[in-house]
Amino acid sequence: MPDAPGLELIRGEIESKHPGAVLDTGFEHGCASLSIDPAHVLAVLTWLYDTPGQGYRFLSSLHAADYLPAEPRFAVHYELLNRDRVERIRVKALLVDPGEDTLPEIDSCCELFPTAEFQEREAFDFFGIVFRGHPDLRRILLPDDYVGWPQRRDFPIGGEPVTFTYNEQNYG
Amino acid sequence: MEVERQTMRERQLRARDMLRGDLEGEELERYVEEKVVMTNFEKMLGWARSNSMFPLSFGLACCAIEGIPMSAVTARYDIARFGAEAGRASPRQADMIILSGRVSIKMAPVVRRLYDQMLEPKWAISMGACSSSGGMFSNYAVVQGADKFMPIDIHVPGCPPRPEAVLYGFTKLQRKIQGNPDQGWRARYGAAGTEEWARGGPRSEPSAEAAEAYLAARELIGA
Repeated sequence: MPDAPGLELIRGEIESKHPGAVLDTGFEHGCASLSIDPAHVLAVLTWLYDTPGQGYRFLSSLHAADYLPAEPRFAVHYELLNRDRVERIRVKALLVDPGEDTLPEIDSCCELFPTAEFQEREAFDFFGIVFRGHPDLRRILLPDDYVGWPQRRDFPIGGEPVTFTYNEQNYG
Repeated sequence: MEVERQTMRERQLRARDMLRGDLEGEELERYVEEKVVMTNFEKMLGWARSNSMFPLSFGLACCAIEGIPMSAVTARYDIARFGAEAGRASPRQADMIILSGRVSIKMAPVVRRLYDQMLEPKWAISMGACSSSGGMFSNYAVVQGADKFMPIDIHVPGCPPRPEAVLYGFTKLQRKIQGNPDQGWRARYGAAGTEEWARGGPRSEPSAEAAEAYLAARELIGA
């Protein structure tokens, strides 16, 4: 793992190449994370992939998160792994919620990491995040005709309310 | 023991006499009464059906791991004792489906299709809380009870149900197939005498025990 000063070095190098790409750094539970501007996501991932001395060539996970009510609301997390040194780094692309009826968009990294194809489809399926340039962006786990993005925090849980007589008698 | 052996010998001799044509008159009548059971064809068919069920080899979720192969089918509890061990890999050859686990909304059409592909007569057991009611998965992804999209004959509660519960549910299903729809709940709840019959008509007569219990219950409540 890059430690906290190492993370700041990485941030400085990215900043010199792509000004404004890195918004913040974080070091929690022994894992370094870079919060980045989604406009630069491909540039940052490619830099971490290609640069000698970095070599994060393995995408071990791609997932989305909804931080409502925080702003920016959405984030796409890329968990990168350097398999030679067994070092991990987390890249968070922070996405602003564009409001009702519009979906947040970010560039797809399928060209760089082919494994991202299904994981981006899953993020689209549950959070409604559109990955530009994805070859086949459609629902993967939910039915094709499903309406809504169920893992968003403002999505109703669904199911059916269960009435228990205990609740009825004591609180009804 | 000695007495039993003697009656057995007697019976053997009488069977031999019958085959030789030596039995006549009252003796022959008694012989026939002892040997022959009168029933109707539906009852016999139900008896045969209920004791040779072919379940569909089919699993949905954790109940399929916990319940069916690990407990009910293997030697300790052994569903073969009830004649339902011959799992069929094709719904065309199966006549019972056990829904073992939660049914997600995406899986529901598949399950329904499997049920539709089974040949009549067919039965369905909903095993566990999830397929009966959605269980702990009260959310957007899981069907809240499999009976929303297909008929279910028996619901077995539990998470997962004990193998005894699965086999108890299965014996209930057998009784249902044999045409005893009350499933014995009257005896359990002390509700003898609450039966209702359609009056008039050839089959309206209750059994002697049921009629007695009915009268006793009427007396009890002072009607």
